[in-house]
Amino acid sequence: MICQECGNKPAALHFTKIVNGEKTEFHLCESCAREKGDSIPGAPNGFSIHNLLSGILEFEPSMGQNVKQQKNVIRCENCGLTYSQFRKIGRFGCSSCYNHFSDQLNPLLKRVHGTSVHVGKIPKKSGGKIKYKRQIKDLKKELQSKIDHEEFEEAAKLRDEIRNLEQKISEA
Amino acid sequence: MSLERFIDDALSEWMKGEGADSDIVISSRIRLARNLTQYSFPMLSTNQQSEEVLEKVSDVVHDEDLKMISNFERIPLSEMNSLESKVLVEKHLISPNLAEESRNGAVILSENESISIMINEEDHIRIQCLFPGFQINEAWELANQIDDIFEAKLNYAFDEKRGYLTSCPTNVGTGIRASVMLHLPALVLTQQINRILTAVSQVGLAVRGLYGEGSDSLGNLFQISNQITLGQSESEIIHNLYSVVKQIIEHERTARAKMLSESKTFLLDRVNRSYGILSYAQIMDSNEAAQRLSDVRLGIDLGLISNVSANVLNELMIMTQPGFLQQYASKKLSPDERDVLRAEMIRERITN
Repeated sequence: MICQECGNKPAALHFTKIVNGEKTEFHLCESCAREKGDSIPGAPNGFSIHNLLSGILEFEPSMGQNVKQQKNVIRCENCGLTYSQFRKIGRFGCSSCYNHFSDQLNPLLKRVHGTSVHVGKIPKKSGGKIKYKRQIKDLKKELQSKIDHEEFEEAAKLRDEIRNLEQKISEA
Repeated sequence: MSLERFIDDALSEWMKGEGADSDIVISSRIRLARNLTQYSFPMLSTNQQSEEVLEKVSDVVHDEDLKMISNFERIPLSEMNSLESKVLVEKHLISPNLAEESRNGAVILSENESISIMINEEDHIRIQCLFPGFQINEAWELANQIDDIFEAKLNYAFDEKRGYLTSCPTNVGTGIRASVMLHLPALVLTQQINRILTAVSQVGLAVRGLYGEGSDSLGNLFQISNQITLGQSESEIIHNLYSVVKQIIEHERTARAKMLSESKTFLLDRVNRSYGILSYAQIMDSNEAAQRLSDVRLGIDLGLISNVSANVLNELMIMTQPGFLQQYASKKLSPDERDVLRAEMIRERITN
């Protein structure tokens, strides 16, 4: 078979892609395949993060066969994705998946990120309370250090600030 | 319709600007992944859901605060042909994934193309800010500002413990990908590159070649980005990347200076040989073009070649890719035809 891109060299890569039931076939020679690069999974450069991730997900050493069986029927009630489907594709279906697969997520996130808890930015609107809580935590740390250094005037200011924020949380 | 403008200008306006360390750092980029709370992620959403997402996110274009930053234009993928979307991919304004796989996908572009917001890619929203040179902090500040504007109008999927919820677990938390594109010819020539890249990957950063996956790099261009998005704050992530890149820049500079003092003839031969080939060759495949352009660029940065500007090189690196060449010819070309046109385009730009 001849490469469909250049119509010149013999095709070395044969690839069938099915998206939403629509089937597309590629027959490419090596140099055209390389030019197409990432768009073709399985091509030399097309090894995607999702392949890798589902590899990680398949590998769950501590799980006995029984537990595995049970896990496979865990399903996100919102979008219908099952945990075993998630393991195959390496992607969540909706934001509720994070709740429904919550028990399984900690070990996975630890393997990918080394931790499972967010400490970064908090959105202003949806995260108002969370933001105050974090601010209070930071202020309390600062307060302790002021007290340790006997800077009581500064400490009093921080204490008022903390009260202020606590007030805001109870009002929200 | 200014789609033509986005496509005709090979070099985005932002690329013509100056940035710190631009002899080594080509560009700095921040990407934020965000999703809306009521909708399934694009992979599983129904046609109606993705249409609604498209509409809701697109509405933000009219926001006054956003207009203060720049004028924006929204371009649905359905209004582009495959060649046009390929060009936007080659300019790094949209991802291959958005160009090929998305349903009801669209991109919102700022006037100078420094900001691009993808809708219905792997996540509902992907905010991207691209700056020339080493300006990763500046890119983050802008992306953060745009993120706030979108968040004020939309309901983001956010969880106190997990952070910003994303389709892929590798993005959850901050949803941030900070990356820097580096030109490292001297580290490659002196065979130090593998040692350095191995070290980089050990501190939680990823290294890629110019167009995504696979670390075999074209034209000595390397992209370094953070891998971890959870458990570190955005500023920690950026600071980590910043300090590592700063060290790589120093190593590259040292290697360049050393080559210049110890093997100047070799260096002169190499950059001028490539300059000569680019000036006269009639057939040029993309691999050779990338390598020769890298040599000439090194020559320019070291002051060994003075009659070509670094911007011409930046431009050629993008313009000589398949999508651009075909857009330029306004028809589909076979690889052989492309190699001829590529050689012609380079000859013309480099000798003028």
